[in-house]
Amino acid sequence: MSTSHLLVLQVVIPLVVAPLCILIRKQALVWYVVLAVSWGTLFSAYRLLMQVLGHGEIIYFLGGWAAPWGIEYRLDVLNAFVLMIVASIGAIVMTYAKCSIIKEIAEDRVYLFYTAYLLNLTGLYGVVVTGDVFNMFVFIEISSLSSYAMISLGRERQALMAAYRYLILGTIGATFFLIGIGFLYAMTGTLNIADLGVRIPDLENTRTVITALAFLTVGISLKFALFPLHGWLPNAYTYAPSVVSAFLASTTTKVFIYVLLRILFSIFGTTFVFDIITLDRIFLASALLAIFSGSITAIYQTNVKRMLAWSSIAQIGYMILGVSLVSVTGLLAGIIHLFNHAIIKAALFMCMGCIFYRFNTVQLSDLKGVGRYMPWTMAAFILAGLSLIGVPLTVGFISKWYLIMAAIERDWWWLAFAIVAGSLLAVVYIWRVVEVTCFQSVTTKDHPEANQPHMKEAPLSMLIPLWILVIANIYFGINTELTVDVARQSAEWLFGIK
Amino acid sequence: MVVWDKMMTEELLLLSVIVLPGAGAVFIALAGERHRNLREAITLSTAVLLFIAVLLLYQGIDNDTHLVVEIIEPVAGLSLALYVEPLGLLFGLICSFLWIITSIYSIGYMRANQEQNQTRFYVCFALAIAASMGVAFSANMFSLYVFYEIITLITYPLVTHSGTEEAIRAGREYLGYLLGTSICLLLLAIIWTWSITGTLDFTEGGVFVDSDLPAGLLTTLYVLYVLGVGKAALMPFHRWLPAAMVAPTPVSALLHAVAVVKAGVFTVVKLTVYLFGLDELVRTGAADWLFYLAGATILIASLIALKQDNLKARLAYSTVSQLSYVIMAAAILTPVSILAAAIHIAVHAFGKITLFFAAGSIYVTTHKTEVSQLDGIGRRMPWTMAAFAIGSLSMIGVPPTAGFLSKWYLLQGTYAVESWVAISVVVISTLLNAAYFLPIVYVAFFREDKEEKETHGEAPFTIVLALTLTAVGTILLFVLPGRLLSLVQLIKV
Amino acid sequence: MDYILGQYNYWAVIVLMMIGFYIVIAHGNLVKKLIGLNIFQVSVFILFISLGYLKGGTAPIYSEAYTAYASPLPHVLILTAIVVGIATTALGLALVVRIHKSYGSIEEDQIHKMDQDS
Repeated sequence: MSTSHLLVLQVVIPLVVAPLCILIRKQALVWYVVLAVSWGTLFSAYRLLMQVLGHGEIIYFLGGWAAPWGIEYRLDVLNAFVLMIVASIGAIVMTYAKCSIIKEIAEDRVYLFYTAYLLNLTGLYGVVVTGDVFNMFVFIEISSLSSYAMISLGRERQALMAAYRYLILGTIGATFFLIGIGFLYAMTGTLNIADLGVRIPDLENTRTVITALAFLTVGISLKFALFPLHGWLPNAYTYAPSVVSAFLASTTTKVFIYVLLRILFSIFGTTFVFDIITLDRIFLASALLAIFSGSITAIYQTNVKRMLAWSSIAQIGYMILGVSLVSVTGLLAGIIHLFNHAIIKAALFMCMGCIFYRFNTVQLSDLKGVGRYMPWTMAAFILAGLSLIGVPLTVGFISKWYLIMAAIERDWWWLAFAIVAGSLLAVVYIWRVVEVTCFQSVTTKDHPEANQPHMKEAPLSMLIPLWILVIANIYFGINTELTVDVARQSAEWLFGIK
Repeated sequence: MVVWDKMMTEELLLLSVIVLPGAGAVFIALAGERHRNLREAITLSTAVLLFIAVLLLYQGIDNDTHLVVEIIEPVAGLSLALYVEPLGLLFGLICSFLWIITSIYSIGYMRANQEQNQTRFYVCFALAIAASMGVAFSANMFSLYVFYEIITLITYPLVTHSGTEEAIRAGREYLGYLLGTSICLLLLAIIWTWSITGTLDFTEGGVFVDSDLPAGLLTTLYVLYVLGVGKAALMPFHRWLPAAMVAPTPVSALLHAVAVVKAGVFTVVKLTVYLFGLDELVRTGAADWLFYLAGATILIASLIALKQDNLKARLAYSTVSQLSYVIMAAAILTPVSILAAAIHIAVHAFGKITLFFAAGSIYVTTHKTEVSQLDGIGRRMPWTMAAFAIGSLSMIGVPPTAGFLSKWYLLQGTYAVESWVAISVVVISTLLNAAYFLPIVYVAFFREDKEEKETHGEAPFTIVLALTLTAVGTILLFVLPGRLLSLVQLIKV
Repeated sequence: MDYILGQYNYWAVIVLMMIGFYIVIAHGNLVKKLIGLNIFQVSVFILFISLGYLKGGTAPIYSEAYTAYASPLPHVLILTAIVVGIATTALGLALVVRIHKSYGSIEEDQIHKMDQDS
């Protein structure tokens, strides 16, 4: 079997298995099936990435119809990297999911969760590999629809409203995206991204193309919660089951940012987007607002998951900030932060899942002295938190390093200072949690049921995946050869430097 | 087959200064509260082994090999690396030696006070020492920064040891000042330097020699660097130090004498000499402001100390003032003054640790914390108060204590540049030092104890042993300064 | 005049789009919001379909009687988009049913108040 078939199997396998889950229904069995799919697709994503790094782009024509008439799947360094992010987070989160899901989702709905998860995976993989904008739209909706469903599975009734709100805003975003596609098609008669990239530059100064750019950008920005289009995110991540928050926070937003990069760089091209329309200024402003308003709001949250959600909004700001710097180093920082933030946020949400598993709450005021009962979980939280802050020897530092380098390259000193000031805000909100859980002395009043059997470390099936991510946080902070190299290649490729 | 040559032995030796205390921490954690005697034995033996390792490095310093061990390289050209250099070696020697004594002291103190979480205390202590060793032997500014941050984070649990509301608040202040300055200023300065020079390696004469920067830029960078080192407790970033007084006394000793603040001033001296280079700083006048700021800190902190009734708070402000001696000496930018700065790091370490040990000893035995409660205490605790007197004399700079040594060189340095400001700062602050230390010694020995009811005697044996050792050390440094001087003279300025 | 009438399909699209958008934003009833969302989506479908239309053109089935054919591709795309729209509506309505079950209301302000109180 040639590697290019893996490309399509990557999308088809979870799609086919998803309905099977409904047929199997048995919780334990479904989990094994989903686990196999997750790790299998991770393996194939790894092989694809190696293939791309070794031999260049992989192109697959669906049904044998050559592009631009047929739909093509096209894998270059950038989307191979994003594919790898999604697949690895998926595999690790699924390994972790078994115990956590039983605790946080009603028992008779567990198999539905796994079905929705597989559909979501299909959608995300599809968005990443496809080389056709309309196909991309369909996959975006597949992944979004299944994530609304997954969020609504949360135990509290607020989850339903959170999912509903996400659905409304997400659909508006998707429809905007569709309008943009319509305009592009009206102007060029093609839907193939590579083909669009060739044709659009000749038509750049028409109003239709500018409108298309606006609709596409706003639509996709709604999907990845760029400030000020982030309204749906805090509630969605707060009330979703921890597994879902961990998965969505570290994959969905990343994939949609990838879509943004594709639109801006591969379809419209840097000269049009940044020199003529000067979209970078808007991105810069909204990224900075995201970083500061997100971080400051995070500081005032009493629910730790909501705090992490606001922190996500801030971190998305960092990624967009990288894009807005319009340089290879800046884009490199943004792309590498896609990966880094994925493993950081997944780990942090998984910590919250562990705590919820034992303590039934993630309200900060109820978490006094948790570190005493769950030392490994809290150690993981501290390490991942340090990585979020950007302490050296963690992945977070690498992102910050390149981001500040990019700011300095442009002689924007105030920006370099703003970036480190943003880190400082992260210190405040992370340390609030650490202080309460680990260092405040505990009185018996805080835990009347002290020393009861349920107050102990989370089960190993949750701790091991969590610690894999934590170790990855440190490993990729020390050995950056792979990640930086891939991010640099992608950034150079997007800028058309070869 | 691996060929076992001298080079490799030395590389391993250099690595062992970090690995030893790190491994010690693991074993301490494994031993835990259940085997407390074993745990303490591990602490002590690790401390002794570490000191021996650093001594062996000291033995090998004469031969002119440039030993650099690279551990990891996160970004191309930016590595975590260690090397041996006289100034760092001096810091390493002080740190590892005082760890032995502090361990002896902690055992007595922690047990007598029946503190909670003792295992966590010893683990964090060992890790803090490991990170300090890393700071001492860092081969470039990036490594130094990494270890510097590790010290901050790992000493946080020590500062908040008691877990009370007050301790937590102090911890917040501690982290706020130290991380705030190091992330916002120091990190920025480091990345800026990297973007200009492409290297962060400590080199003789500095890294900016070839880049020919304008004076304004170099000054800005120097400001970012020096203010970024919050651990040096330069005003206005000194508040964390008095706040951190809530910690147990051995921690205060660690903060003030062994690791934290010493890492701060060490960093300032190190980057002045090896990153900027004295010539470059003299040429551009980039360090002039620092000279005045340090002088002001010396005087203001002394004045504040004068008003403190709490003994530990008075010692804390004394530390703020003494640290600025080191910084002022460095900012004078002559070879002799750098010598004075290095010596003062050592001298102040011995003197201040003696004073803190004495304060802790008084607290353990009598639970007294205020200066005004100390009438006549010298008669009941002669050893403690004698050591306190020696420490005080060293702070003032009176022979036969080591404090005289650094003041002597500092004055030499100031004469060389004919800075009358500096000389008057030194003279006034010496008077102030005397004014806030000598009364304590006086009331302790010569005033009658008003409440005769108390029947306490001397502190536990290990405590007395530790503070006697450091007091003797303070005198020995004065009597036999040869080794110390020959080591600091190797610093290539 | 010709400019306005000649492009009447676009005007229809814009009017529909604004109506839909307004309902989504202004109405507090969750079902009405979904209806608004549907109108909004339909306007985009019409945009696509009218793009493919050619005056005097016919379905692209080859015959000697015709020379002009309408482009079938937008229609095919919109078939897919309609499916997506139906899925969205179905999921949205399902959510509304469950919201009604657990809150006893489908008015946004009432639900918001209940969340505030709890």
